Amino acid sequence: MGDAAVYAEFGDVIDLEANRALQALAAALRARQMPWVRDIVPALCGIALHFDPFHPQLPEAILESCEALLVEGFQSAGKHEDSGRRVEVPVCYAPELGLDLAELARQLALSQEEIARRHAKSEHRVLMVGFSPGQPYIGGLDPKLSVPRRATPRTRMPEGAIAIANLQTAVYPHETPGGWSIIGRTPLRVFDPTLKPPSLFAPGDRVRFVPISLSEFERLT
Amino acid sequence: MSILVNKPGLLSSVQDGGRHGLQHLGVVPCGAMDGIALAFANALVGNTAGEAALEVTVLGPELLFEEGALVALCGAAFDARLNGAMLPLDRPVLLSKGDRLHVVRAVLGSRAYLAVAGGIATAPVLGSRSTYVPARFGGLEGRALRMGDRLPVAKDAARLAATRYARLQSKKVFDGAIRSVAWSVPALTRPEREPIVVHAMKGRHHDLFDAASQRLFFEATWRVSPDSNRVGFRLSGPLLKRERAAELNSEPACLGSVQVPTGGQPIALMADHQTTGGYPKIAEIAAADVPRLAQLPPGGSVHFARCTLEQAGELRRVLRHRMDTALRALNWTFR
Repeated sequence: MGDAAVYAEFGDVIDLEANRALQALAAALRARQMPWVRDIVPALCGIALHFDPFHPQLPEAILESCEALLVEGFQSAGKHEDSGRRVEVPVCYAPELGLDLAELARQLALSQEEIARRHAKSEHRVLMVGFSPGQPYIGGLDPKLSVPRRATPRTRMPEGAIAIANLQTAVYPHETPGGWSIIGRTPLRVFDPTLKPPSLFAPGDRVRFVPISLSEFERLT
Repeated sequence: MSILVNKPGLLSSVQDGGRHGLQHLGVVPCGAMDGIALAFANALVGNTAGEAALEVTVLGPELLFEEGALVALCGAAFDARLNGAMLPLDRPVLLSKGDRLHVVRAVLGSRAYLAVAGGIATAPVLGSRSTYVPARFGGLEGRALRMGDRLPVAKDAARLAATRYARLQSKKVFDGAIRSVAWSVPALTRPEREPIVVHAMKGRHHDLFDAASQRLFFEATWRVSPDSNRVGFRLSGPLLKRERAAELNSEPACLGSVQVPTGGQPIALMADHQTTGGYPKIAEIAAADVPRLAQLPPGGSVHFARCTLEQAGELRRVLRHRMDTALRALNWTFR
């Protein structure tokens, strides 16, 4: 990607196991602490290294250097260990907050309750955090719930919206535009720059969605 | 010690060298749109290159200094007034308690950096003082300046101003109203002649576009559309089409990536860019040229010249050399 970043893609099919290998690679690269590397971003199917293009130690043959770094990273990463983190996300799936549940129920020929039940039942995993601060792309959606993105994106997704598209779930940390279908809302603060770490989610985390009632949601917000 | 904001200007925000190392958590790098001008402004007042400064945009603020300060304004050529007299640009200027600085409007370019000796002292958030307006953090309460704000600067700013100004050799006072020097650093990023030429490499998805679009991207003259901002510059010109409009996986994006959404109007990602995106990238702008693109005002025009990764590296080395040459002279002056 230009002369300030390198992106290595290892396929275009999203695979939980391959994504786990990327998390291990990112950890191994981070441990190297290269002074000219600013960011290491494990993504859905690949990994990006962003560097300071004016760093005095930046290698001249940047592509070759990054390639060598990735190969060494894979060798030292070895086993694909879990981040070990499990995140429980309380979700209110009430139709008052799951704004697209009615439409999804028609589209999928499932009841609204069944959509919520299936979403909360399966185990999910954070594949990537990106787009805006703290926003997770979470894999592991029940294939029966797979829908394409909405034809017309919403201009405002509410803070904490739980939304699905394709085989993924997203949690919106801030009020932003978005094209995914909203099935519920969490009272959790997804991103808080004053906390360490600032983001509730990190790549590799295992995620469970725990249904809560509307009154519980209101009590927790 | 603080600076009182009498008028905020169009978009004035605290920015530094950027919030790096957290893109894996979706944290946008932010920072100065024109990092070269920021580095020069800081060097002129004796700060390190990435210190926090005030980024002013097109129409600048009116500021009242409650203590003395050593300041420098670099980047776009601005009509700026110190107590009504013309403020000289690209050089250190010593201000006294009660001085009024009015950064009126940009004459050439669109962004300038007001650096203050000691730096702007808003609280760092996640390792940076840069303002990120969409998520409301960094800088002054995560927002642009407002009327009546008090912008905090380093506690010892007045003392630093006096000692650093005294250490400036070849001191030449212009007249009674302005205390400054007769020399200046070069302005490397102003759009002297439009369309400016910005170098770009083929993007990852360049070959997904049809032959006409691939050609047009590097042949057309693009205009910066009025709905451009710190997140991205929307470029108006011919619409770019892909052979097949399949959905792509979201993947990392970076400063200078040129994305093409379904509508066909390209967007060059700037300092507040999202960390990942799902639109195809037709090109990647050379890192050395991003600060010059950042100086184009809405309506400004740009032509993209195709370059290789090696040529982009050479552009960086030439730029680094020009900057180092200018900054070396300064370091000598400050001894």
